Amino acid sequence: MTRGLLRMLLVMLLVCVGVAHAQAIEPMPFANHAQELRFQHLTRQLRCPMCQNETLADSNAPIARDLRNQIFQMMQHGSSDDEIKQYLVARYSNFVLYNPPLTAGTWLLWFGPLLILLGGTGAVLVAIRKRSHRDAVATEASTANALIDSTPTDNGDDW
Amino acid sequence: MNRLLPFFGFMLLVLLFGFGIWWNTQHDQNAIPSPLLDKPAPSFNLPKLYEPTQTVSKADLLGQPYLLNVFASWCVECGVEHPVLEAEGPTLGVQLVGYNYKDAPADAKRWLAEHGNPYNLLISDEPGNTAIDFGVYGAPESFLIDARGVIRYKHIGPLTPDVVAKELKPAIAAMAHEGQP
Repeated sequence: MTRGLLRMLLVMLLVCVGVAHAQAIEPMPFANHAQELRFQHLTRQLRCPMCQNETLADSNAPIARDLRNQIFQMMQHGSSDDEIKQYLVARYSNFVLYNPPLTAGTWLLWFGPLLILLGGTGAVLVAIRKRSHRDAVATEASTANALIDSTPTDNGDDW
Repeated sequence: MNRLLPFFGFMLLVLLFGFGIWWNTQHDQNAIPSPLLDKPAPSFNLPKLYEPTQTVSKADLLGQPYLLNVFASWCVECGVEHPVLEAEGPTLGVQLVGYNYKDAPADAKRWLAEHGNPYNLLISDEPGNTAIDFGVYGAPESFLIDARGVIRYKHIGPLTPDVVAKELKPAIAAMAHEGQP
């Protein structure tokens, strides 16, 4: 009985997903297939200002639909991808770009991971150097002991 | 000392996450800083809500500062903001211009009849194209525009008494101060 219920829920979920998808992408009268591909490629790089976790291509928000229409119109008038991006950035700031340009406000975003990597590498190198130094001292000490006693000693306490 | 190192590392993470939570409560994560601040407002030419045959342009509104308030009857948070506009609107000392966004004029009129009309002037942008030039992406949004047509302040989301007292009124005061050298 639970299995039947689960199956029904799954079917309902799939239907909902299908409907949402159908609404998000309304047909547009593209001049040719290349333009359609260009449109899809461009809208996937742009972020919906309203629902900031979705691209303009995916979002079903009213503003996303308006912006898609605007982009479509601009394409019909021969605007390049860069011109369209500049148009949107002038109105909605760099937030609309999923690939943010390098500015004073974003350098940490761009170079933060590199800084963390460098810091981590530094810490590991220091740790390795310390350990090898200690090991060298320990080996020397045990060799000296061996020479004096000429009997093997337990080095377990070196750890 | 070395034994305590993981503990200090952990405390550092706790501080970082605590700071993140504090920061998020202080800031609206959905508000996008407008690139239009301190720039001339985009030009527009929109019909009046109550007399659709007459239009209002940016040039018509030059000469005196105004607060452009983007609202719609479908917008839930506009209902939250509305009592604040009604109470604070007359005390602001600037014209209150209602910008009806992506709304059927009939719905907007019904909404205003029901909730009251705090606006000095109402314009209608049913297709929502001019709003793109303003960088509007939802409602409510408010723009403070000075006598020369420059956007001096923008608020995204409902104006609360707190926002009016701490942000909007100081911005209006700064503008008025500048106007009388």
